[in-house]
Amino acid sequence: MANDHSDDKYYVPHSSPWPVFGSLSLFVLMLGAAMTVEQSGGGGTILAVGFLLLFVLFYGWFGKVVAEHQAGMFNMAVDRSFRMGMSWFIFSEVMFFAAFFGALFYARQFALPWLSGHGAKHLTSSILWHGFEGGWPSNGPNALGPKGEGSTFETIPAMAVPLLNTLILLTSGVTITIAHHALKAGNRLTLKVALAATFLLGFLFVFLQAREYHEAYTELGLTLGTGIYGSTFFMLTGFHGFHVTLGAIMLLVIWFRVMKGHFTPERHFAFEAVAWYWHFVDVVWLGLYLFVYWL
Amino acid sequence: MAHADTHDHHDHDHKPTGIGRWLFATNHKDIGTMYLLFALMMFFLGGAMALGIRLELFKPGMQWFDPAFYNSLVTNHALIMIFGAVMPAWVGLANWMIPLQVGAPDMALPRMNNYSFWILPFAFTLLLSSFFTAGGGPAGGWTLYPPLSLQAGDSFPLTIFAIHMMGISSIMGAINVIVTIMNMRAPGMTLLKLPLFCWTWLITAYLLIAVMPVLAGAVTMLLTDHYFGTSFFNPAGGGDPVMFQHIFWFFGHPEVYILILPAFGIVSEIIPAFSRKPLFGYDAMVYASASIAFLSFIVWAHHMFTVGMPLAGQMFFMMSTMLIAIPTGVKVFNWTATMWKGSITFEPPMLFALAFLFLFTIGGFSGLMLAIAPADFQYQDTYFVVAHFHYVLVPGAVFAIMAGVYYWLPKWTGHMYSMSLAKWHFWLSTVSVNVLFFPQHFLGLAGMPRRIPDYSTQFTDWNMVSSVGGFVFGFSQLLFVVVVWQCARGGAKATDKVWDGQMTGLEWTVASPAPYHSFTDAPDLTGVADTHH
Repeated sequence: MANDHSDDKYYVPHSSPWPVFGSLSLFVLMLGAAMTVEQSGGGGTILAVGFLLLFVLFYGWFGKVVAEHQAGMFNMAVDRSFRMGMSWFIFSEVMFFAAFFGALFYARQFALPWLSGHGAKHLTSSILWHGFEGGWPSNGPNALGPKGEGSTFETIPAMAVPLLNTLILLTSGVTITIAHHALKAGNRLTLKVALAATFLLGFLFVFLQAREYHEAYTELGLTLGTGIYGSTFFMLTGFHGFHVTLGAIMLLVIWFRVMKGHFTPERHFAFEAVAWYWHFVDVVWLGLYLFVYWL
Repeated sequence: MAHADTHDHHDHDHKPTGIGRWLFATNHKDIGTMYLLFALMMFFLGGAMALGIRLELFKPGMQWFDPAFYNSLVTNHALIMIFGAVMPAWVGLANWMIPLQVGAPDMALPRMNNYSFWILPFAFTLLLSSFFTAGGGPAGGWTLYPPLSLQAGDSFPLTIFAIHMMGISSIMGAINVIVTIMNMRAPGMTLLKLPLFCWTWLITAYLLIAVMPVLAGAVTMLLTDHYFGTSFFNPAGGGDPVMFQHIFWFFGHPEVYILILPAFGIVSEIIPAFSRKPLFGYDAMVYASASIAFLSFIVWAHHMFTVGMPLAGQMFFMMSTMLIAIPTGVKVFNWTATMWKGSITFEPPMLFALAFLFLFTIGGFSGLMLAIAPADFQYQDTYFVVAHFHYVLVPGAVFAIMAGVYYWLPKWTGHMYSMSLAKWHFWLSTVSVNVLFFPQHFLGLAGMPRRIPDYSTQFTDWNMVSSVGGFVFGFSQLLFVVVVWQCARGGAKATDKVWDGQMTGLEWTVASPAPYHSFTDAPDLTGVADTHH
């Protein structure tokens, strides 16, 4: 029966309402999003309900898994399945970012030079966009931006807040490693402090990033609509910022679990999964810093 | 892991009852069944759309539909068949067979397994609901090229978000397959003892995780270009519509191998079984599958030779595409060599596998013709392309799915099915699929464009032939439903081994029907002779 969980058995859950509930949540969320972008009446409400359902989903489903873990139902084989699952999930995230980095490289290496008459497609330039000379950064032959065609914009200098943000994220990578070593050594106080430092640094990063966005929109003329530069800049840094936010929330959840006394020096998959995720957003940021802000 | 905990030690075959068994399922067989039934429904829905297309094209001139609706039939036929029929059918077969083949109690992550399934009906509800919005369903082609796709009406965001949901489902399904194969194998089941269906699915799952997020990125850029003023595909802002095609086909080409690699695995199991010989060149099959997967990442631009890319690009993508003929040739050679001097019988699964071998190869050859960049300038966007990919997808992927179902159906239900009805299904399908698609090669070479509801009168004869083939093929599939339905209801008792052939998989060591919970005690294969080499 249910309490018979000797350590060599692979736990196969009996039945669960969460997956089908999750599918419904996703449906409501996506329907709400579609209606919102089409400005149909009630779209915003449906979207909000979708987010609410999704929150209930994560709370309920993950809460159940945490309880099962605390009850000792997961043997090492289950632990390995979770690890592999998380690793491949992070790989899928890497590929999601790869699509946007690909767009950035393609725009800089091919699209803009071709629009400027270089290389294989000079006719496009000479017929349609005669006289356009697009270097980088560029908002295209029509100079699209917040003021319509002919907008000018400035970029965010790499050696200012973005450098500070780089240091913040790198430091948070160090603090989470300290926390991990403390967890393995059984040093719970260091674990709590270092983990708290990590998510605080994460939220600080998001705060500074939001301030930069505000400045970009209000003072620099740099928006999502600022041609290809604005598109790649905000989509790459925006999705990254969204992932940092998620990661920081995950760190916060893990911290609450640490405060409740969860995790042992031997068994702490959830902690490690969040740490991997945190390193992943860190590495993506280094790519962003290099290719979006600096070069 | 020597044992599996299923909660029900007093009764290993205890099944949950009622609708909850399906809604809250965690059992890989129940979830596999749901996947397969969903795929079958979508196969008939997508098929009905295809018959609508063939109905319109039976005669020149506008017959039945207005052009916008015709275009949305074409678009949704593709989306439904790819994401609704073939991919879920593969995941369904993976669900049923992989735990049985690797000696596992279930899929590694049973709840996520159910999540990945249940997303699909919701995703397709979203997609199909777009038919009822202002402007009708998506009609810009399943490839969603901008700027055309951006001109859609209210269907546009529904299509984009439906694709997001399908992608999420695929990624979770793929993670489950990889983790099950890498973590749940019985002791002694080394990687080179894996049945080839597991191997090809492992590689397929890797491709899925690598490229579905790229599709998600591509459609997200479409969405922001449409609603949030970005300029990814807008040259006025420095973007490029051709960039969408590059990103899309970086997903799209691996995607076509996602559709066909599991077919290679199934055929690699069925041909040895009914030739009563071990598979010729097992290791070579594994390496060939991996090579095909690797090459699939560096050939994408052969879908877009005519967009005006630099000569060096055309040369590279032409050569890399032709390289794929080598590992594919290895496979075709090995299947043929497996049958050489074999003691062959022609049960329904073997018939479908053999039809696959011949007809998929025809699709492979027309693929080689299309790979030649200068020749492709002539074929691009003609019915020749339609003929090519339908040869690899219908008598290719779909026939392999049929072969797999006919191979394992008695193991699932515990009953044999009607061999004569299944053979009728086979012969009607095989003859009609050629009547349907072979003439489309001629139409394409003569210059008939794709995705057009009307055509010049000189194309009439072959279009009529093709439409007749289409209707015969479509209605023949009802026989399949009859066979499966009868087999689920009853029939002669199937033995554990089911077939009088040379099968090597672990699935043939359990009872027919397979017990509700698969290997609760993992079989120990340490030291067991390797049957593949």
